Order: sequence, then C-alpha cells, then structure tokens
Amino acid sequence: MQFFSGSSAVDISPSPAAPPGTATGLSGNNANMLYIFNRSGVCLLYREWHRPLRTLDASQDQKLMFGLLFSLRSFTAKMDPTSVDKGNLGVPLLPGQGCSFYSFRTNTYKLSFMESPSGIKLILITHPNTSDHQESLKHMYNLYVEYVVKNPLYVPGTPIKSELFNTNLDQYVKTLI
Amino acid sequence: MAPLAPKTGDAVFASVDRVNAELFTLTYGAMVRQLLTDLEEVDEVNKQLDQMGYNIGVRLVDEFLAKSNVSRCVDFKETADVIAKVGFKMFLGVTASITSWDAEGTSFSLVLEDNPLVDFVELPDTCQGLHYCNILSGVLRGALEMVSMKTEVTWVRDMLHGDDAYELRVKLLKQVPEEYPYKDDE
Repeated sequence: MQFFSGSSAVDISPSPAAPPGTATGLSGNNANMLYIFNRSGVCLLYREWHRPLRTLDASQDQKLMFGLLFSLRSFTAKMDPTSVDKGNLGVPLLPGQGCSFYSFRTNTYKLSFMESPSGIKLILITHPNTSDHQESLKHMYNLYVEYVVKNPLYVPGTPIKSELFNTNLDQYVKTLI
Repeated sequence: MAPLAPKTGDAVFASVDRVNAELFTLTYGAMVRQLLTDLEEVDEVNKQLDQMGYNIGVRLVDEFLAKSNVSRCVDFKETADVIAKVGFKMFLGVTASITSWDAEGTSFSLVLEDNPLVDFVELPDTCQGLHYCNILSGVLRGALEMVSMKTEVTWVRDMLHGDDAYELRVKLLKQVPEEYPYKDDE
C-alpha cells in the first residue's frame, strides 16, 4: 500500500479565520461544495450548500477542479521522499504508483480529497476549522455505492440524478464538524 | 491518520446483507434457462452471460472497495490474493485458491472447489459447450477493468464438464495508466 502513514495536509496559512457570513465552524453548515468525478473526468455530481461567490461557469469550474487534483497527484508523488519508484512529472502514473493526497487548507476553506482505486474522486470543500474528513468521504463513497451504483437504472459514467442520494447526502453533510 | 486496515474476507462476509443460497442458485439457473430458450445457440448464451457479468463487475467493484477497505494493490500477485480471499468470500461465500503463476507473474489460475452457482445443475447433452458459470469470468473482467487492469478470463476446468474443480485462468493484458482526460484545446 503506497500511502503516507501521516496526514499529508498542506498547511498554507492557518491564522485568519474564514470571513464572517460563510460557514460557522459549528455543526450544521460546515460544508460548502462536493464534487464527484470518475476516472475519465466526468463530473458525476456537483452539489452546493454554501457558495456566495462564483467566478467561472459550472463546466469550467469543474474542469479546473479536476485538473488541479490531477496535477497535485502527480506532484505529491514526485515529492514523495519515501519511495524510489516515482514517475516523471507529467508522465501518467500507473495504478498503485505514487501516494494519495488527502487535503489542503487555506484561511478561507479546506479541500478534502479521496480517490477510490476504481477512479472515483470525491472532493469536499468545507470551513477551514473542521476536523479530518477522510472518514466522512469514505461514508459518502458508501452512500454513492448504496444509492447510485446499486440503482439498476443508473448508467455508470453519467451524471447522477438521484433525489434519494441527494437527500441522504444533505442529511449527512449537516453532521460534519 | 493511517488508513483503515483492510478487512478479511470473513469479516466482510459477516457484515454484508445475504440472500438465501438456494434462492440465488435457482434464480441464476432460471436466468440461464431463459437465455438458452431465447438465444438458442449455446455460444450466444456464453457471450451473453459474459456480457452480463461484465456489467455487474463494473458496478460491483465499487461496493467491494467501499465495504472491504482494500486500497490499491502493490502488484498483480496481491490483486490475485484479494480476489480469491476477500472478493469471492464477500460475494459468493466461498474462497478460491491461487495456483499456477506463469514466469512473468501476469497470469494465474483461480481454483474453486465449491461453487454455489451449480448446485442442482447437470448439463444435458445438447448444452455441452455451455460455460454455465460464464457470468463469473465476466464479473472478474469488468471489476478488474475498473481498477485499470485489462484482463482476459477463460475457463480451464469445469466440474459440469467432468473435471475435478472449477478453474479460471486470469491473464493480465495491460495496466492502463491514468491519463489527463481533457484535450488542451477544449
């Protein structure tokens, strides 16, 4: 297993808190957005709970997010001091190569990331002062399996249109701290 | 935080919902029976079972990953072990054994002593070419493809054809690297 044993969070600037008017840092409305991508970069789901500012149109925004994570993965693998087996920067990684990237934090938000070996990527944006979200992402992946993958009418690789999934997601997200 | 330890096959099996084995076996039998009636040709039935298995496999892999906490395998050998010890246990309640690795480590045999799909089954003379459990090879192919491994899965031994066990040969054709999916000019 090519995981870092410690958390690989990149702490950019911890000091100032999120601006007032965004999430509170208390339980209830900490999550801002969630993206789910599949391996081929299709945004299966974009769910928004709190996002006052939008700068790009939706598809540009999603493409940018996917591109950022794709590059970060290749970058973190290249920086890995523990592994001898690293690809060249920009060269596609084979499955199992490289390490997993977990999260980064800015003064206004925190981005948590999980990728399943099947290439499903979950990206959760939350208030910066929340705890580690690896377990929460795992739980969301389980929701995805239960309500999306197991739905026989869902065609794999297409955007998710499931009210049941959304409801359960909304409910779960309220419990995040 | 360290990732959760992968669960053993027994632990996952104990935690998932199960259905009555007889119901499962008979349902599968009824389905194969219907395919034989609809398609008439045994070869077509084999193909259809494989395709159905493939469609199951591409979905099933996510459930497998979510429930078993298995993360990326280091090499194909580990993949084989995980399939035999965790995968088969979780979905069929039996474990398979891994034998006959080739020299390059790219193909192996999965041997099933016990196969819940075939209880009550005897192949009539008209269906001798039928791979009754061809759905399994499709599932393996589909599931492995979703974790970036192109494989070829074939039946080597089949108890319904008079052999002493069920043996599936899994051959790794290619590992697909992750590529940037968007074109630059888009």
